[in-house]
Amino acid sequence: MSGYIPHTEVERQQMLAAIGVTTIEDLFEAVPASHRFPRLNLPRPMSEMEIVAEMQALADANEHAGEFALFRGAGAYHHFTPSAVNHLLLRGEFYTAYTPYQPEMSQGTLQAIFEYQSMMCALTGMEAANASHYDGATSLAEAVTVALQAVDRRHRIVLSGGIHPQYREVVRTYNQGRTVEFVGDNQPRTAAELAELIDDNTAMVAVQYPNFFGQIEDFSKLVEVAHAKGALVTFVVNPLALALLKPPGALGADIVVGEGQPLGVPLSFGGPYVGFFAVRTRYVRKIAGRIVGETVDRDGRPAYVMTLRPREQDIKREKASSNICTNQGLMALAVCIHLALLGKTGLRQVAELNYQKAHYAARRIAALPGFSVDMSLPFFNEFVVKCSKPVAAINDALIAEGIIGGYDLGKDYPHLKDRMLMCVTEMNTREEIDVLVSVLEKLA
Amino acid sequence: MVEKVMDVLTKEALEPTLYDLSVPGRVGVNLPECDVPTEELPADLLRDELRLPELSELQVVRHFVKLSSLNYAIDKGFYPLGSCTMKYNPKLNEDMARLAGFAQLHPLVDGEASQGALALMYDLQKWLGEIVGFEAVSLAPAAGAHGEFAGILMIRKYHVSRGDTQRTKILVPNSAHGTNPATVTMAGYEVIELPADSEGGVDLDALKKACEEHGNTIAGMMITVPSTLGLFEARILEVIDLVHAAGGLMYMDGANMNALMGVVKPGELGFDVLHYNLHKTFSTPHGGGGPGSGPVGVNAKLKPFLPGPIVDIVEPAQGDEPPLYGLVMPEQSIGRLKAFHGNFGMHVRAYAYIRAYGDSGIRDVSRHAVLNANYIRARLMDTYRIPYPRYCGHEFVIEARLDGAPDIHALDISKRLIDYGIHPPTNYFPLIVPEALLIEPTETETKETLDEFIDVMKKIAREAVETPELLQNAPQQAPVRRLDEVRAARQLVLCCRPALPEAGD
Repeated sequence: MSGYIPHTEVERQQMLAAIGVTTIEDLFEAVPASHRFPRLNLPRPMSEMEIVAEMQALADANEHAGEFALFRGAGAYHHFTPSAVNHLLLRGEFYTAYTPYQPEMSQGTLQAIFEYQSMMCALTGMEAANASHYDGATSLAEAVTVALQAVDRRHRIVLSGGIHPQYREVVRTYNQGRTVEFVGDNQPRTAAELAELIDDNTAMVAVQYPNFFGQIEDFSKLVEVAHAKGALVTFVVNPLALALLKPPGALGADIVVGEGQPLGVPLSFGGPYVGFFAVRTRYVRKIAGRIVGETVDRDGRPAYVMTLRPREQDIKREKASSNICTNQGLMALAVCIHLALLGKTGLRQVAELNYQKAHYAARRIAALPGFSVDMSLPFFNEFVVKCSKPVAAINDALIAEGIIGGYDLGKDYPHLKDRMLMCVTEMNTREEIDVLVSVLEKLA
Repeated sequence: MVEKVMDVLTKEALEPTLYDLSVPGRVGVNLPECDVPTEELPADLLRDELRLPELSELQVVRHFVKLSSLNYAIDKGFYPLGSCTMKYNPKLNEDMARLAGFAQLHPLVDGEASQGALALMYDLQKWLGEIVGFEAVSLAPAAGAHGEFAGILMIRKYHVSRGDTQRTKILVPNSAHGTNPATVTMAGYEVIELPADSEGGVDLDALKKACEEHGNTIAGMMITVPSTLGLFEARILEVIDLVHAAGGLMYMDGANMNALMGVVKPGELGFDVLHYNLHKTFSTPHGGGGPGSGPVGVNAKLKPFLPGPIVDIVEPAQGDEPPLYGLVMPEQSIGRLKAFHGNFGMHVRAYAYIRAYGDSGIRDVSRHAVLNANYIRARLMDTYRIPYPRYCGHEFVIEARLDGAPDIHALDISKRLIDYGIHPPTNYFPLIVPEALLIEPTETETKETLDEFIDVMKKIAREAVETPELLQNAPQQAPVRRLDEVRAARQLVLCCRPALPEAGD
């Protein structure tokens, strides 16, 4: 028998006899006969050795961070992950378990989620976090839903154009069947200009910190205006930057969301990643997704369980605010293990390496003729480089030297034609940065 | 039901939290020195404190190994959790997802730099389409519920694009997964619930009546095949015809595809759209609650509306040169459902899985999943009440009410199974069967494992009558006993206390 099916012919016959039929096909009598057992036009079965050979070839056909110096971020980042993370993730007790609906058999998963929630609260400065959403973009979409419910009968959402373009697309996809107006991101706007768009119909204003261009904007006035008008404020954050920067909780955020990928999750061509979601306690009963809480068992032993379950779709059905069922369990576990290993000192150290290396690269590139760097605002590990020729031409030249260059901003922002979003992390050595600079120099 | 529990902690935790284990100044990672000239950090932007734990690498490893030992998992034993398809997750697939060319591939590399990944996604789209008889597939959705949402948004956009804007209602059988009605609401639509008939199928008279009553306000119907009771809908062609005649489109919840591969193609039955659960049917691991992956397949009618991006051939093959693949947005796409292009790591695993079975093996998966379920069903029939006297699909439901044991509930039987080292079936779902236990063995389990489960279920049935307290006090053999869920919800403790700022901070 092919694949992973263990039955022998003898066993099949014994089982069929116990059921009282002669062939397996007899069990499918309810399927319309005219459509039963169609031909499948699939390739032939392969042995494990053949699969490895084929997939290795497919993997090798890609230009990846294992072989190229990568200076691209834009929402997905190449960071160091200690070996222990992957070893622990590969324990079958974690990755072949289901959702912890039976808490007596799932204390490992439940405690790890509880610890993940705790560390996301610590990083964001918020009071409660859920077990995660699909990714940073869908976390932002779920934040919109929370705001629309928390602030009754308001239909306007103010979005900063500094939020990742794909996140803003996702938010619109989610809300196409609802009455919601999105404003703010159709043109470049400062925080002060965004504040002018907040009216009595505004449920939420969302900003990114650092923004998509890597810059750290001052949102204090914007938060003040939003709260004065009764609107919630959502921060979309890079969690690694929060090892260094003031937490959004201290800056007046009501909801903090973001992509957890920089904390121990591989690039993996864009997924699976993990969207974190943290709030003030007063909104915790309005949020979607799984939440783990502490309790005791019959003997008084401390233990963990999924809680506030009546919010969820399997109980509330059509009255649930979201249909989300899974969390990104294993990715949240990766973040949890990664943060436990890096800890208070290590995470700060990684963040500082990112800051210093990005600033070194920015200074060097800014000194090149034909290039300039936008230094108008402080930045973390990404910055905007203005080029004297199309970004695609520069990236073609870089790839020939083994370098994946920055992200072409002109694709999403017409006014940023010939601008490249450059990302530098702790993975980029000084040598790589110097080579990047020397190749750019020749292109000027 | 949880009985009153002691209000004070009387026992030690099974494992301290990371914060309990933390010691100030301890470090668990070895990082490089900064190799570039540094500059002053901007003091006014910096945080004062970071409340993360401080542990050594070995402490972290032991902590998580201990936590893993508190879990049950497929790798440990039988997991007959109905509607979840807890089949074996091949180890090969984990290795494939971790190949550097996949795991270290940035999602925004330029087109030609990701041809291997795009070729894989293209073939997976094609194979998934072939298995269900659909024209096109998008791998974008991150989970089954995400795929459902995509499906209903596509149905909506289809009607709207034809100027048919009054269609705002979706028919949903009362046996449906909770995600179905929740999805309908999320898409801004209204749910019309349909009753089941005495055989567990859609009540055709009720469906006819609903079609007449709601007429041109019906946008479509969502239905699970086989149903959440594990039964093939014998009159599925009539159901589809009725909804189509009313102008609605048919959505198939593909959660139960493990019964259907090579058995019937939903596209050929007349369905317009369905979602797959790669983490059920195609063996990608459940990961303790995710990540999932929920691609959607559609017929030609809905193809322009697929969520994007999808992979297509942008330059055809020429001679020995392979085609050039690219990411494209379908012309009238409902849009992006998440950043980037779906849960690619799950696509890699599903690709390896389909490769292993191939054309002759995929049908065997469903044949044996159905064989295993019917075998357990046949052998438990003399002990448990099993509604609906028909062969089942890949799962079946029992009513956990036993003669002579009036105080025993499905939950008690579930918890007693834990004492025997077996994960309980899904309890209290579907909602239309009282004291439901939904049992799904999957095709990867041996006859010995099924026999052991059957023996244990029969033993528990005897215990229910003779020593019911064994069930009511179960589990005794698990790391913890039944939990006080009411306390968890009333006295909300959602994170380790040291993680939170102190009052006044």
